[in-house]
Amino acid sequence: MQMVGMERAGQSHQILSARQMGLVACLRCTRVWPAGTSECGRCGHRLRSRDALSLQRVWAWWLVGVICYIPANLYPMLRTRTLFITSEDTILEGVVELAHHGSYGIALVIFVASVLIPIGKFLAIAFLAISVRRTGRQSTRMRHGLYEVVEYIGRWSMIDVFVVAILSSLVQLKTLASVAPGPASLFFALSVIFTMLSAQSFDSRMIWDLDAKPARKRAHV
Amino acid sequence: MPKPPDPSRLADTSDLIACASCDAVYRVARPDYGERTVCERCHSVLIAPRRAAGLKIIAVALAAVILIFAAALFPFMAINVAGARNAVSLLDAALAFQGGPLVFVSLVTVALILFIPLARMLLVLYVIAPLVAGRTPARGARTAFRWAEDLRPWSMAEIFAIGCAVSLIKISDLANVSLGPAFWMFAVLVVLVVVQDTFMCRWSVWNALDKATRS
Ligand SMILES: [Zn+2]
Ligand SMILES: [Zn+2]
Repeated sequence: MQMVGMERAGQSHQILSARQMGLVACLRCTRVWPAGTSECGRCGHRLRSRDALSLQRVWAWWLVGVICYIPANLYPMLRTRTLFITSEDTILEGVVELAHHGSYGIALVIFVASVLIPIGKFLAIAFLAISVRRTGRQSTRMRHGLYEVVEYIGRWSMIDVFVVAILSSLVQLKTLASVAPGPASLFFALSVIFTMLSAQSFDSRMIWDLDAKPARKRAHV
Repeated sequence: MPKPPDPSRLADTSDLIACASCDAVYRVARPDYGERTVCERCHSVLIAPRRAAGLKIIAVALAAVILIFAAALFPFMAINVAGARNAVSLLDAALAFQGGPLVFVSLVTVALILFIPLARMLLVLYVIAPLVAGRTPARGARTAFRWAEDLRPWSMAEIFAIGCAVSLIKISDLANVSLGPAFWMFAVLVVLVVVQDTFMCRWSVWNALDKATRS
């Protein structure tokens, strides 16, 4: 696949943002309008040069996401009943159990999807939301890369909820064995949904505004 | 400090495109089919047209709609332990969360793996079909396309597929698992959903909607 370069809209050789050019861009359909236009004439989406409330929404969703993640780890995810024993496993107990049985591969998948990704995502969103307010040492490109990873990878946490769904519908063998979902599945699903909403609320254009501010000049002084 | 842009050149902004991720503005240069334009500073794909994309999108969406219905109803998986047998459909699996608040998880699961993929395909058909036929866009086509795009991250068929693989390995040493026809239909569906996204160029659809309305 070949990439085609596009002419920069500004007369200078620098890449300019819509905001710097006195324009406002539609996030939905990428059409550009003069600053101050309130609604996109093409798709009807509300236009905001930068969403001032974006960070507040990010933090609100982030907080409920984190709060839901705590009971998601304390309550059992799965209730397994066989002829003789009934066992309840939290997410981490489930991972340990799998590893004990020698299923290292799946133990790893569940650990990554249910522990590493959610916690990594909480940290990454918090870092982005904090760093966007100050000109840090981290490069803009790195922060943007982090944002893209967070947006892309967050959905994959749902794997464990789906595994619970499949197991508890499939393993229903009357007296022999049965599997039922535990309350953690609800909190976990909510946590994933809230963190996705948190990431979506983040206005990634703000990451690039830091570059445009005279931060570099200050560094020379 | 960049000079403020010449207002006379900006009076018409219709040939400009802004990167939705970083707000960089470019003058639209339409790439050839199969090529794509990428934002210079954040590398987000801006325009990626495909040859006969409309027809391909319609074909894939129709196939996906049929597969979603079939996959939901036919047997999905079955297990066999010491003569005891249980077969489930995708709907059974999605509705496994029962009792009080867990019902919410059932609803979410059904939505994520069946309803939202279905809704996206139907919305896309509603928007693209009149365009391909050369008619004026259907009423509310813009809103429909907005919804289809908003729902994109919430369509999780491919994640459910990984969930299936994990569950299969998890129980295969405890029980005899057999895969029903719906399992394979769902597998094809996952591929179709991914293929659909590669055909779909957001900018091209908006541009086509624009042109079709003006003429
Ligand atoms: Zn728009
Ligand atoms: Zn960009």
